[in-house]
Amino acid sequence: MFRITRRVLLAGAVAGVLTLPAAAFEPSGVECIAPANPGGGWDFTCRQVGRALFELGIVKEPVRVTNMAGGGGGVAFAYVVTKRGNDDQLLVAASTATVTRLAQGAYVGMKADMVRWVGTVGADYGVIAVAADSPMKTLGDLMEALRTRPGEVAIAGGSAFGGWDHLKVLIAAKAAGIEDVRAIKYVAYKGGGEAVTALLGGHVQAFSGDISEVVGFIEAGQVRVLAVLAPERLPGRLADIPTAREQGVDAIGANWRGFYAPGGMSDEAYAFWVDAVRRVYGSDLWKKVMAQSGLMPFALYGGELEDFVRRQSADIAALSQEIGLVK
Amino acid sequence: MDVLTALLEGFATALTPTHLALAVLGCVLGTLVGALPGLGPSNGVAILVPLAFSLGLPATSALILLTSVYYGAMYGGRISSILLNIPGDEPALMTTLDGHPMAKAGRAGEALALSGIASFVGGVCATLGLVLLAPLLARFALLFGPAEYFALYVLAFATLGGLAARNPVKALFAAALGLGLALVGYDTTTGIPRFTFGLVELYEGIDFLVAIVGLFAVSEVFVFVERGLRELPHPGRLGRVTVPLATLRRCAGSMLRGTGIGFVAGVLPGAGASLGSFLAYTTEKRVSDREGTFGRGDPRGVAAPEAGNNAAAGGALVPMLTLGVPGSGTTAVLLAVLMALDVTPGPLLFERQPDVVWGLVAALFFANLVLLALNLPLVGLFVRLLRVPPRHLMPLVAMVSFVGIHSISNNPFDLQLVIAFGVLGWVLRRLDVPLVPVILGILLGNEMEDNLRRALLIADGDWTVLWGSPLAVGLWTVAVLGFFGPVLAGPWLRRRRARLLAARD
Repeated sequence: MFRITRRVLLAGAVAGVLTLPAAAFEPSGVECIAPANPGGGWDFTCRQVGRALFELGIVKEPVRVTNMAGGGGGVAFAYVVTKRGNDDQLLVAASTATVTRLAQGAYVGMKADMVRWVGTVGADYGVIAVAADSPMKTLGDLMEALRTRPGEVAIAGGSAFGGWDHLKVLIAAKAAGIEDVRAIKYVAYKGGGEAVTALLGGHVQAFSGDISEVVGFIEAGQVRVLAVLAPERLPGRLADIPTAREQGVDAIGANWRGFYAPGGMSDEAYAFWVDAVRRVYGSDLWKKVMAQSGLMPFALYGGELEDFVRRQSADIAALSQEIGLVK
Repeated sequence: MDVLTALLEGFATALTPTHLALAVLGCVLGTLVGALPGLGPSNGVAILVPLAFSLGLPATSALILLTSVYYGAMYGGRISSILLNIPGDEPALMTTLDGHPMAKAGRAGEALALSGIASFVGGVCATLGLVLLAPLLARFALLFGPAEYFALYVLAFATLGGLAARNPVKALFAAALGLGLALVGYDTTTGIPRFTFGLVELYEGIDFLVAIVGLFAVSEVFVFVERGLRELPHPGRLGRVTVPLATLRRCAGSMLRGTGIGFVAGVLPGAGASLGSFLAYTTEKRVSDREGTFGRGDPRGVAAPEAGNNAAAGGALVPMLTLGVPGSGTTAVLLAVLMALDVTPGPLLFERQPDVVWGLVAALFFANLVLLALNLPLVGLFVRLLRVPPRHLMPLVAMVSFVGIHSISNNPFDLQLVIAFGVLGWVLRRLDVPLVPVILGILLGNEMEDNLRRALLIADGDWTVLWGSPLAVGLWTVAVLGFFGPVLAGPWLRRRRARLLAARD
């Protein structure tokens, strides 16, 4: 059933391209900026999608990937807005982290509407987990502990205070009806790996991160995932994990991966790239990449993504204000 | 995972044509860097870091290249020690004592061959030691909580002055400067930027690589510009580069003792290869110098320190890989490279990225073989390269630095920053302030602060949590001993070394 749907979608996507005015925009010398050093998520997005674009014949020559680290993506964002504002041949890797930082004003003087949001190629869903020997068995247990004795539950995450791993805890806590989210003790680590280690070592009581960061530990029986912050259960071997929603906590935390393009990109080029990213996402090649890297389905394109970014940005800004990060 | 299987998989990773080529390239460049007086191993690796990045190498490949450079520098240091009586780098200092007298007696080739073999023995044994010891240490991974990590970093800073620093106050100042620079950027515990002056480029803090290349490589160029040309004396004739079997047999014990002492010195944080070769030499002198031939061209006085400094180089990789605490200046540079490659050294590395670790270990064995080959038949080539005047070398250093840094971030801001660090490095060198503590401060400062604040956050501000576990207490004890030990014993050891060096003339 699933397979047939996918083919239909793919066929639809291909048909969509064929009906486009093909002569309007030709990709050539395409560049993808990864706003971080090689090895991270943004670099992965640029390189994998760049490769897929070429292998699927959507672009004629390989996509050039440029790493532009700095300012948590802010250096690249400012560069694109100020120096490459009208470039039709440029994509920039982005994720929920990009929106978070924009919403918190971390890219000085930059706003989310200064660029055009193109499309996504999947997402990593948030999880809240505890060690396998923890007395907390359900998301309800954890939320009860956070409500009644927040000082005794330290939650580790792989992002800074106010970063995405912290915000996911707050989103869940708010959805569970906890009033004072400032009392929640969040311990910031450099990355998900370090945070999981702190959990396993018994130095903290809970962990907030993305599903890809705990898959290995679930299989080894070392952690218990209390909830995945996805709209429905994940496919395959992760289907045993309950969602927050089915436990009565209506919280979704999707760390999506995708692209933005310069704000002054022509409408023809923008339409081309929206469709190109959509085609990559629908391809069998990309299904394989997603399976290998643990990416989950998440597809929003063009106007839909622009709306989503606006909403996500507003939510994050409100939460950040509540915890005193933004005035 | 079983160590042997892991190691075999490591060989499968390392023995690809690209990796072998990189190891050979690294060995050649490293030997050259070591052989050229003035360019020490930390500078050498720092200069070649941008090269690894501009080649766009993945983590394992970049590591193989740079550790080959590191081992190569340890081999190369002895060449100018023996031929010119100028140590190519600090660890090779002790080799001048008996190596140069051998050369003056027309046995230069023999001294080079013997020291090459001694280096090989030291290097291979130390890599074996790394294979056996590192997984044991890595097993303590989960015991390390924020309090233990904080104690560990205190230990790293307490011991780093060690014996190398002539002036503990200047080392302390350098460490404080590094820690201060580490504060720049986002504070992870509060999410607030500090000391960024509204510059987006500074939000993620100062890039270690920019700091390292500036402090070591660019300042090297400035120092050269200031001092001008310094022509090296002519190295003289080599003679045959072989060792009689009888000499080898007589030196076998010296090599093994030197290896053991050097390895232990390397594993201890802050001690490093200079101490390794010094202790190896002095112990050997005490054990075997019955006829008073040491200092007058005794082959055993060449074999022991050379085995010692190469074993220490391998030993220093143990704390760097397992704890994320560098045992020497060069391993501090390597640590920065690892972190820039998104490989986090520390107790978890062996579990998370075994392919990186074991590929590296396998490459080290291979590098030792390559270096043995390079240093026996081809040593004449390096001797000739010693005569490349620095006026050709320095512009190359400057160029590689700038191209490399630009290729990492594609951001002109980093080029300005690298020059600023070059000037800072030059000023510090003029003031005789050691550079390694600065780097260590920048490198470990964030982690040290974050762990302190995590520990206090979890314990609701109770400071006693910092020494609340046996492991933490143990680390604090070693830190206190490590800080006061060298302060007390240092002057005595330095006097001994000075006496030995004075006696050679």
